[in-house]
Formats: sequence, C-alpha cells, structure tokens
Amino acid sequence: MDDLIKYAPDLAAGFLVNVELSLVSAVLSLILGTILVSMRVSPTPVLRAAGTTYVNVVRNTPLTLVLAFSALGLSDTLGLTFSDEPSTNGFWLVVLGLSAYTATFVGEALRAGINTVPLGQAEAARAIGLTFLQSLRLIILPQAFRAVIRPLGSVMIAMIKNTTVAVAAGYLAESAFIMKDTFDDTGVSIPIFIGLALAFMAVTLPIGFLTGWLARRLAVAR
Amino acid sequence: MSSSVLFDVPGPRARLRNHGLTVIAAAAVLAVLYFVYRGFDDKGQWEGKIWRPFIEASTWTDYIIPGLLGTLKAAGLGAVCALVFGAVFGLGRLSDHRWIRVPAGAVVETFRAIPLLLLIFFLAYLAPSVLGSGDYTLIALVTGLTLYNGSVLAEVVRAGVLAVPRGQSEAAYAIGLRKGGVMRLVLLPQAVTAMMPAIVSQLVVLLKDTALGYIIAYEDLLNYGFKIIPAVFFGSLVPAAIVIGIIYIGLNMTLSTLANWLEKRSRRSRKTSARPIAPPGVIGLSAGAGLPEETA
Repeated sequence: MDDLIKYAPDLAAGFLVNVELSLVSAVLSLILGTILVSMRVSPTPVLRAAGTTYVNVVRNTPLTLVLAFSALGLSDTLGLTFSDEPSTNGFWLVVLGLSAYTATFVGEALRAGINTVPLGQAEAARAIGLTFLQSLRLIILPQAFRAVIRPLGSVMIAMIKNTTVAVAAGYLAESAFIMKDTFDDTGVSIPIFIGLALAFMAVTLPIGFLTGWLARRLAVAR
Repeated sequence: MSSSVLFDVPGPRARLRNHGLTVIAAAAVLAVLYFVYRGFDDKGQWEGKIWRPFIEASTWTDYIIPGLLGTLKAAGLGAVCALVFGAVFGLGRLSDHRWIRVPAGAVVETFRAIPLLLLIFFLAYLAPSVLGSGDYTLIALVTGLTLYNGSVLAEVVRAGVLAVPRGQSEAAYAIGLRKGGVMRLVLLPQAVTAMMPAIVSQLVVLLKDTALGYIIAYEDLLNYGFKIIPAVFFGSLVPAAIVIGIIYIGLNMTLSTLANWLEKRSRRSRKTSARPIAPPGVIGLSAGAGLPEETA
C-alpha cells in the first residue's frame, strides 16, 4: 500500500497520458472509420477495393506490430516526424498507429450498422432524387450510427485499453510502462496493479453504461 | 453492376460521372502508392541488400520459423486454456447457485476490463517473486491471454447456451432429465454449433495478442522478426516488418475465413435450433436489409 501512495503521482501522470491518447485517437479513428465505410459502400470500384484492402491488412496486423512499425519504421527509418520534441513526436506516432488500427474496427461496426438500415429507406432516398453522398450523409449514416452505438462503445473501450501498448512504439510516458518501471524499483506490488486496474475500470465501465443508455435512448423506432 | 441499395443502376449520365470518379479515385490511389514508393526510395529501402536476407533459407530456418513456432506455441496453449477457462466460467455464470454465479460473473467482468498488457506485466513480475527466478515470459503471456480471452469466451459460452430456445430445455426437463443432463445432452451440443464462429473470431484476437509477448521479450515471431533480424541484418527493419506482417495477416485471414465458413454452415445447420451468436464486439448482421456482401 505504501508503494501505491509513494508512486501515485507518477502513475496518475501516466494514466492522464492514457486518457489523452484515448481522446485524440477516438476522434481521429471515428473520422477515419467513417471515411473508410463511405469508401467501402461507394459506387466506385476502385474506392471499394482500396477501403477493403486497407481494412483487411490493418485489422489483421497485431497492434504491437502497427505501433512498433510506426515508431521504428515510419519515424526512425522513413523519416516521418511530427515534432522535434521526442516526447511530442512519440505521442503523435502512437496516435497515428492507434487511430489507423482502431479506424478499421469503427469502419466494420458502421458497415454492420448500414446493414441494419431497412431497404426502403435507401430506396426512398433514391426516389426523391438524392445522390449517393446525400443519401449516405442524410439518410443512411445517421441511422447506421444510432444502430451501432453499443458496438462503437466496445470498440472505444478496447481502444482505451490498447493505449497501454504505446510501450511498443517506444513511448514511455503512459501508465503501463510506469507500472513496470516501479516494479523494477520496488519489486512486484499488488496494490499498484489493483489501483491502476481500477483506474482503467473507472473509465471503461461508465463508457459501457453510457453507450448502453444512449443506444436505448437513440434507438431508431421502427 | 448489380444493384446496391445506396445507388441505382446507373443511367448514361451517372455512368459518365462514375467513370470520372473512378479515374479520380484511381489517380488518388496511385498517388498514395507513388508517395510511399518515393518515401521508400529516398531512404534507400528498395536496395537489394536489405531484402536479400528474406530469400535466403537460413533467415527462415534460423529466425522466422522459430519465431513463428514461438507465436503458435503461445497461441495454442493460450487457446486451449482460454477455452477451458471460458467453458468453466461461462457455465458458472449460468449456475442456479448464487455463490457460484456471482463470483464467476465478477471474475469475468474484471478480467475483461483490465488492459491485457497491464495484466501481462503484472504476471511477468509476479511469477519470479512467487516461484523463484527463471524465465516466465511464456507463462506470463499465456496466463494473461487465458484470463482475458477466457473471460470473453465465457460470455460467448453463456450467450450460446442462452441462444438455445427455451422449449428445448423445457422439453428436456419434461422427459425427466436432470440439470446436468439437460446441459450436457440438449443445450451444449446445440450451443456449441451456434458459438463456433464467435469462438474462432476470438481466437484470431488471441493470435494477434500473442504479439504482446514482444514487449516482455518473449521469443515470438514479432521479436525474432522485428528485433533480432534488423539487429543481425543491418537496415532490414522495414522489409522485416513487411514480411512478418504478411505472415500475421495470412494466419489471421485464414482463421477469419474459417469463422465465416463456420457461421454460414451453422446458419443453415439443422443440428441446432439456436441462431449463431455474434462475435464479441461485432454487431450481428441483421437480415433486415442492406448491402450485398462484398467480394473482398
């Protein structure tokens, strides 16, 4: 217990980094996922193929490899840098890898959501003369989003837990690495592990409840 | 083009527009590919000498295959243990006894909520202090994978048993079977068919998660491919990432294809009265509407 109190400020600072990573990646992956799903249902075969290829490649690659590659491959070898400050650069590389990875799951969830929109909706949209993009934006996607709030919540919860894998990108500011670091100092400490696990649960469980509540509230009445 | 829901079979003007869009999209894709090619070229990533190791047999026999075996060993052990764990706790949550149901539920919910890497770090440091010094990376990895994926599988098992229509268990009780008999002879055989696709999908997740072993220095495919190969063959980092990436993708897509095939089979199976349950975290494709399945 003493260990937990002694290292609490470090761990809290690390956990805050997890939260920051989650927030930025959530926004980016939702945007990228929506673009991906629009590509996958578009009338243009090239865009469909590009979207499908991207999803299949990235979704089947382990996140550890994605993140390690974004740091060692993209940044160190191929020279992609976001900032001269190493910690800022590391943060954005993790965001890049995590968003690119999570977007595929967002896209798959949304595609399942599009499948729940009744045929008549799309037919009606076409009948009143909406173009593909208009019917997607005004008719299909709003209903698809509302149908997959709960799965999107699961995707986001998984993404928050995945922020711990940032270690693989050599980004050592987040809480899982700090926990490992304190273990190197003090030996294994059960209170520290439980404290950090509870911190993650304190973020993920409310998201589960919130998205469940939202899903019920916003369900499309049919 | 066969009709999709979102756009009509195109008329002459729409066809022209679509052709235009296709050209623009193709140009954009080519531009991205060219950008990647130039990026590689600028940093000398197309040079033969950094790709050469991957056409030599010794690279495969010394590094990639041992790494792959390490990954498959962790995945195999993890899969077996997770299935046992999932069956025990999934059925535990369905127990009539409160003192079994509640603890089983608590265990499942807890391990689903903890980040897997956090759990693996903890186990990797806990094992030596409890069991004495030694190499516990495999044990930590497999235990972590078991606890997390087992908890997810427990939910799959529970959902599978609950997906069997109630008439089945009522009929089984009516012919005089006891609780154990109802579960063993009537519910489980049908539930297994319904949950097979979801189980295989979760095994894909498990296989991907073995790559976390890289972080605790377990000798898996990622470790051999991304740490050892670039250290031995200087400069081969990007080619190594591409080669092991293709191996991972191939393995996972094979498993995913198996899951899809199982789902189709169990959908038309007459051995079960339960609908196949959705893989965890994925919404079921309702029959209501929509887009034709894409040909990937």
